[in-house]
This record gives sequence, C-alpha cells and structure tokens, in this order.
Amino acid sequence: MGAEILRDISFDIAPRSFQFLTGPSGAGKTTLLRLILLAIPPTRGLITLFGKDSAELDKAALTALRRKVGVVFQDFRLLDHLTTYQNVALPLRVQEREEASYRLEVSELLRWVGLGERMHVYPPVLSGGEKQRAAIARALIMRPQLLLADEPTGNVDPPLARRLMRLFLELHKSGTSVVIATHDLTLMDQFDGARRLVLGDGRLHIYD
Amino acid sequence: MADMSPLPAARPPIESLAVDDAWRDTPLVPAATVAGRALAIVIAIMTFLAALAAGFAFVLADTSREWRGAVGVEMTIQVTPRSGRDIDADAAKAASVAAAFPGVAEARAFTRQQSEELLAPWLGAGLDLSQLPTPRMIVVRRDPAKAIDVQGLRAALDVALPDASLDDHGAWMQRLDTMAQVVVGAAAAVFVLVLIAMALAVGFATRGAMAGNRDIIEALHFVGAADGFIARQFQFHFLRLGLRGGAAGGGAAILLFLLLGVFTRQWTTSAGGEQAEALFGSFSLGWGGILAIAMISVGVALLASLMSRIIVFRALGGFYDVKD
Repeated sequence: MGAEILRDISFDIAPRSFQFLTGPSGAGKTTLLRLILLAIPPTRGLITLFGKDSAELDKAALTALRRKVGVVFQDFRLLDHLTTYQNVALPLRVQEREEASYRLEVSELLRWVGLGERMHVYPPVLSGGEKQRAAIARALIMRPQLLLADEPTGNVDPPLARRLMRLFLELHKSGTSVVIATHDLTLMDQFDGARRLVLGDGRLHIYD
Repeated sequence: MADMSPLPAARPPIESLAVDDAWRDTPLVPAATVAGRALAIVIAIMTFLAALAAGFAFVLADTSREWRGAVGVEMTIQVTPRSGRDIDADAAKAASVAAAFPGVAEARAFTRQQSEELLAPWLGAGLDLSQLPTPRMIVVRRDPAKAIDVQGLRAALDVALPDASLDDHGAWMQRLDTMAQVVVGAAAAVFVLVLIAMALAVGFATRGAMAGNRDIIEALHFVGAADGFIARQFQFHFLRLGLRGGAAGGGAAILLFLLLGVFTRQWTTSAGGEQAEALFGSFSLGWGGILAIAMISVGVALLASLMSRIIVFRALGGFYDVKD
C-alpha cells in the first residue's frame, strides 16, 4: 500500500462557478481532478457528481456523466493518429453522430481558438501552445456543464497563458463551472475574483 | 491567436457538405501498426493452413466417393491358366456365364493383347504373354438399376468353371472407406486446431493492442465513449485485419489448388500421374470447394472480430472500479 494521498477533504463546486485549484507540486491536484472525473475511485468517502453518488453508478450512468464534463489534461492526451479536427470532434464522434452534422461546429470552434489553419495537421507537428488549444477545444466542443483543466497554461509562455485563461472565462460566462488546477500564482493573481481551493497536507483551504 | 469573440453558437446539423478524405473519420485504433501487420500475416498463414486442410478433406471425400462408385459398379473374374486348357475359351465361358446372370449389365473378357497393354507400364512394351502363365481377367459391370446376388454368381461360376474366382472388391471398398474416413477426419481435426490456434493468436493480439492503445482507450472514456463504442472500434480493427489476412490466405489456398489441378491434369499422361489421380482424384476443388474456402476466409475474419469484441468487453469491465 502506498502513501495516503489526500485525506478528509470536503468541498463542492457550485453551478456556473469559477475556481482555481492550487497547491505545491505533489499535493494531489491531479489526483483530485481524476477523482472528480471518476477516473479513479476513492478508497473511502463520497463523491457526488451532478447529484449522483459515484459508488452507485453503473457503466452507462458513468458514461452519461462524463459527457457533461470537459477535461484538459496536463499532457493534452491528443490522439497522434487523428488530425486536430478529428481530435476536437472526438466527443461528438463517440456519440456516433454523423460527421457532416458537426463539421461546421468543430471548424468554427477551431477557428475561434486560432487553429483554423491547422485543422488537418496531426498533433506531433503542432507546437505546445497549439496542442494546448486543441485540447481545450476538445473539452469545450460538448459545451460541458463542468470543465476540469490540469495546468492548462503549464506549457505556454505568459502572453499565451493569459489568452487561454480568457478562453476559460468566456466559457464560464456561457454557464459552465470551471476548475483550473495550477500552481502559477501570478496567473491566479490576474483573476482576483476567482475562488481558490488550496490543497496542502491533506487539507483543502477554500478562499471565496 | 483568435480574437475573444463570444463562444460560437452550436449549429444545426449540416447535411449538404461534401465528404472528402481530409474530413473522413480515421479508425480510432491505428490500423497500420507493426503488430497489426504481423497479426494479418499470422491470420493469412492460419487461413491458408485451414483452407488446405478443408480443401484436402473435400478432395479426398470426392475421390473416396469416386472410388466407391467406380469400384463398386465393377467386379472382376479371374481365370487361372491350367496346362492342357484353352484359357481364351475358359475366359469366354466365364464371361458368358456372368453376362447371363441377373443384375449384370456387361461382362467383358480382356483379350491377350489388352492384358499385355495393361501390364506394359510395369513389364515393358513388346511383352508376349503366351510365354507366361498369366491369368485372364473378365470385367463384370453391374446394372445399377438391379440388385445382384454376388454369392449366387460365385456359385454359378464354381459350377461352370472351377478355375475362375470372383472378386467383388468388397474388402478393397471397406479399406478405402476406412482410409478415406481417417484422412478426412484428420483433415477436419487439423482444421479445428488451426482455428483454435488462430483464435488464441487473436486473443493475445487483442490484449496486446489494448495494452498498446491504453492511452487511446482512456482518452475515449474521458470524452464520453461507451464501452460498446470502444469495443466496436477494436472489433472493426480486427475485422479489417482478419479480412485482409483471410483474403490473402484463402486466395493463396485457392490458387494452390488451381495450380495443382492444372499440374495433375498435365501429369496424367504418365503412369505415375494416373496412379496419383487414382489415389487423390484430380485435385480439382470445383465451385463448391472454392466457395467453402471463401467462406472459411470470411469466417476467420468474423471469428477474429468476435474474439476481439469479447476480450475488449471483458477487459473494459475491469478498467475502472465502478459498479457494473
């Protein structure tokens, strides 16, 4: 059995809220995001997502819940054998929608995040910032009720980081709850109004 | 970078946009991998072996039927030469007794010249049988529409010509039947073993593909893919590999049988060729055999696809610790 990660942590994420999840490296930010995403089960305790107890979910319900959550991974998790367009369209494709039914929607979103000219290239030839924007676009395409982003600005320079943050704010304004895991204090300081969840020593300190 | 205009609104379905390669959906499980190519080759070899086993079983079953048909319709009377007797007259007498017996369509005694021709491949041309005490043969053809009392015919010959013996090839037919059944059974066993080996190979390959594509499976789960959707991606992946391997292996087997057919037809002009054709038939599969091999190829692809689906579903069942 490994070392215990996290401990008696209780918090909720309100609808249409915007928060940073922060703390030192190794504090468990990514683990907490994976717990919220139901990618790993808690060894004890209760996770309720959209009013449903995660311990009571069957596979179909889990899939339905995940479709309400957008996620941006620290390492992007783009599929290298699919083009940028196909990666961004993936959440729609897995719902078995016809490609023609979402082509314009995906193309417009890609143009909106500045990847209009990079639609048909593959992730290995994208820059770090472009991959980041593609991952964000993939998380946004379903217009999720909850967006989880793990160090979304970790691989980009400060000006691009600010622009990406404005993307998240735009999404928040359209009604999505946003949780951004970051240890970049400078970035958080630029968005004073946001709620801060600070993780450390197995405790979560909440600053509204 | 984009301007920060509001998030674009969702659009209604667009039905009229042209589809071209740039937009077309790429398989989610990468198709052109080294492991995929290796598995396609394994499936091709397995299909080839399974098709060969099935093809030989077909050929032998057909040949066995031909043997039984050809041997069963004929009997042979052998007249042994005795000093002081005219063997030509004895042969003619035996033929006339047989021809008059109920159920016999024709009884034909081989002349001395015909007997010499029969023995020529073994004893050489220009043989003079008058110098050898060679028995004379009478070929008796049954009337397929009537039953024949073989024991009655044997008794009639004993009375008319004690030096004549009747062979109805019963022992031969029984041996041929047993041999054919053993060979066809062995071919069927090889066929089943090859299919089991292929199913196991696909099973291992599926597990390997799942391990190699774990990141893809995770990403698919996180973007809301159901297990059934993911299993279908693997199923289509292995169906494509199976069809490719099955077509190559089945096609090679059909080509081999066609070439063997051509070769044996050309070879039948020699004595060895005649023997080979008598034993194994003409190696001609016919449309039935070709169709069977084609069905084996498709069946192999479907088996590969089904195996992968079952394994992926089982593996995904334990992918996350949630209630099933």
